[in-house]
Amino acid sequence: MQNQSTWVRSRNYVFWIIGILMVGIAIGVSLIAKPPEIAPFDLLPAILRGLGVTIQLTVGGAILALVVALIAGIARSSRNAIVRGISSVYVEVFRGSSVLVQMFWIFFVLPLPPFNIELTALQAGILALGLNVGAYGAEVVRGAIQAIDRGQIEASIALNMSPGLMMRRVIIPQATVRILPPFGNLMIELLKATSLASLITLSDITFQAASLRQTVGRIPEVFSLLLVIYFLLAYPLTLGVRWIESRRRWAA
Amino acid sequence: MSELWNWGFVLEILPRLLGGLVVTVEATLGGFVIAIVLGLLLALGRRSENPWISQPIGAIVEFIRSTPLLVQLFFFFFVLPRYGIRLPAFLVGTVALGLHYGTYTSEVYRAGIDAVDRGQWEAATALNFSPLRVWTGIILPQAIPPMYPALGNYLIGMFKESAQLLAITVTELMLTARVIGTETFRFLEPITMAGLLYFLISYPSALLVQRLEARYARRS
Amino acid sequence: MHADHNQNSAVDPIIRFEKVTKIFGDLTVLRELDFEVGPQEKVTIVGPSGSGKTTILRVLMTLEKPNNGVIWVDGDPLWHEKKDGKLVEAKEKHLRKVRGKIGMVFQHFYLFPHMTALRNVTEAPIHVLKMPKGDAEERAKELLNKVGLSDKFEHYPSQLSGGQKQRVAIARALAMRPKVMLFDEVTSALDPELVGEVLNVIRELAEEGDMAMLLVTHEMGFAREVSDRVVFFDKGQVVEQGPPADIFDNPQSERTKTFFSAILRH
Repeated sequence: MQNQSTWVRSRNYVFWIIGILMVGIAIGVSLIAKPPEIAPFDLLPAILRGLGVTIQLTVGGAILALVVALIAGIARSSRNAIVRGISSVYVEVFRGSSVLVQMFWIFFVLPLPPFNIELTALQAGILALGLNVGAYGAEVVRGAIQAIDRGQIEASIALNMSPGLMMRRVIIPQATVRILPPFGNLMIELLKATSLASLITLSDITFQAASLRQTVGRIPEVFSLLLVIYFLLAYPLTLGVRWIESRRRWAA
Repeated sequence: MSELWNWGFVLEILPRLLGGLVVTVEATLGGFVIAIVLGLLLALGRRSENPWISQPIGAIVEFIRSTPLLVQLFFFFFVLPRYGIRLPAFLVGTVALGLHYGTYTSEVYRAGIDAVDRGQWEAATALNFSPLRVWTGIILPQAIPPMYPALGNYLIGMFKESAQLLAITVTELMLTARVIGTETFRFLEPITMAGLLYFLISYPSALLVQRLEARYARRS
Repeated sequence: MHADHNQNSAVDPIIRFEKVTKIFGDLTVLRELDFEVGPQEKVTIVGPSGSGKTTILRVLMTLEKPNNGVIWVDGDPLWHEKKDGKLVEAKEKHLRKVRGKIGMVFQHFYLFPHMTALRNVTEAPIHVLKMPKGDAEERAKELLNKVGLSDKFEHYPSQLSGGQKQRVAIARALAMRPKVMLFDEVTSALDPELVGEVLNVIRELAEEGDMAMLLVTHEMGFAREVSDRVVFFDKGQVVEQGPPADIFDNPQSERTKTFFSAILRH
C-alpha cells in the first residue's frame, strides 16, 4: 500500500467516497420514499440498546483473555513439565471446540451438579469468550517468548540476572511488541464472537435485532443495519492493527 | 436428582448426537468446497488491474470479514425468503459458511500467489504462454501447495464454527445436543459429549496440519 | 561472421526501435531511442548500471511497455497494430503473435521449479506452439544434449547448479525457435567457475549464425569474441557503437573511455 503512487491512492479514495455517497443516497431515498412505517434510522436506537452489553462482553472478554493468555503463555514456555502440561491441556481443550460450545457448556452445564456454579448470562459470556480467546492468545504469547533471540537470554545469564528479572526486564518488553498485531486480530474476532451471546439470551445488539424481527418485521433493514454496526465497530480496529503492523516494521 | 454422569444415558443419546455430527461434517465439507473455490475467485478479483473489479470486491471481502458469521446466517436465513428465495436451512447455512470463510481463504490465496517469484511471471511471458496457461500451468501449481496448512486450519475452524448453524435451525451437532437437553432436562451429558466430539475430531486434525506445516517449512 | 555493421543496413533489420521512450516515475530510462539489429547480427550492449540497457531487452520482450515510439520486429510493429493504415495500441492477441519471434534468457534463470529440466523445455512448445508431446520431447532432448545436459532430463532445477540451470533456460528459449534471442546478463548471477560453460553454449549459438542475438553483459572478453557490433549505452542513449575492435581498442567518446578505464582497473 505504501508503494502506491499518489495518483493510485487518491483514486482509491475517490472510490471510497463514491461508495459512501451511494450508501448515503440509498439511506436518504429510503427515508423519503418509505411510507408511514419506521424509517431505518428509527430502528437504530432499538438495536443500540444492546450496545452496552456488547461492549461489556468485548471489554470483559478482552481483559480476561489477556490475563489468561499471559499466564498460560508463560506457563507453556516454562521448563517445569507439570506447569507446561496443565497449561497445554487448557489451551488444546479450549482451542478444540468453538466459543459457542464453550458458552453453552458454561451456561447450561456449570449450574448443574457436580459443579453447581450459577453464573449470570453476562458472566458466562465473558468467561467463555475470555477463556477461548485466551487459549489462542496463549499461543501467541508463547510464540513471542520463543522468538526472542537466544543471545538475549545468554547475555542476561552472563549478567547474572535471575530468571524473574530476566523475564521482567528483557523478555517481556520485547515480547510485548511482538504480540500486539496478533492480539489486535484476536480482539476483532472476540468482538464478532460476542454476537454468539445472543444465543444464551444476552441482550446484546444481535439479540435486540433478532427480537425486532418479531415485533417490527422489516427484516432486511434490521439485519443490514446490524451488519453495518458490527462493521463500523470492527473495521476501525482492523485498520488500527494494520497501522501497528506497519509501524512495527520500522521499529524492528 | 439422579447420579452425576449417566453412561447409560450417554449410550442412549450417542446415535442421535452422531447423526448431528454427520450434518456438521456435511455442512463443513460443503462450506469448505465453496470457500476454496470462492476464495480463488475473490483473490483473482482483488488482484485485477481494473479498479471497477478490484475495489468493490475488496470492499465486500472486508465487510464480510468484519461482521460476525452469526449475523450473516440470520441475514441470509431471514432476508432471502422476503425476496421469494426459499431454501432449506442446511443449504443457507452451508453457503453462508462458505461465503464467510471464502473471504478468509481469499487472503491465503493472495499471499500464496504473491509469494510466487516475480521471475516466473516474466519467464512465462517470455515463452508466450496464454494468460490462462500462465495461471494453470505455472503460477497456481507453485502457489497452492504451500497454502495447504493454512487452508487445513480454516477447514478445522469451519468445523468448529459450524455450531453456529443451530441458530438457523440446522440440526447439526450442537443443536441436537441442546434439544436433547431441553427434552430430557439433562444437559450435562449431551453438551459435554458434543464438546468431546468436536475435540476428538479437531485436535488430531490440528496435529496433522502442524505436521504439514513443518513439511512445507522444511522445503522452503 | 563478424560482418561489417554497414552491410547489415542494406538488409531490413529484424529489430527496429523508432524514437522509443521509457520513463519509470521520474526517471527517463530510454530517451527517444533509435536502434536496429540485423537479421543474423550479434549485438552486445555494454554500459554502466542504470544506463537502461536491460530496459531495451525488457521492452522488446514485452515485459515493460514503452511510453512512446514504435518497435518493429521482423516487419511487424510490436506494441502497436496496423488498423486502417494507422498504428493503434496492440491487443493481447497481436502482442502474442509478434512476441513469439523473440526469446529471452534471464539473469536469474527463472526455471519452473515444479517441472523437470525436460518438462521446462517442452512445456511452452506443447502449450503455446501446440506441438505434439512426442515431437516436443524429441526436440527438447536434442536441445538439452546440445547444451551439454544429456544426463539431466529428469532432474529438477533444485538439483542443478547455476550453470546447468542457465543452460536449461537457454534450451527452453531455443525450443520456441525465436528469430531473435535476448540474453540479459546471463552469467552475472553465476559463480565464476560456472560462467564458462554458459558462455561456451552462447558462443556456439553465435557461430551457427541463424539467429539475431542481443546480449547485455559485463563479460567484455566474450563480447569482443562473439559480437558483430558492440553498443556502448549510457543514460538512455547510444553513445557509441561499432565493431568490437573499434569500441574496445579505439573508443571515440569520453564517456566510453571513462567507462572502460573504470572496468579495466579491476
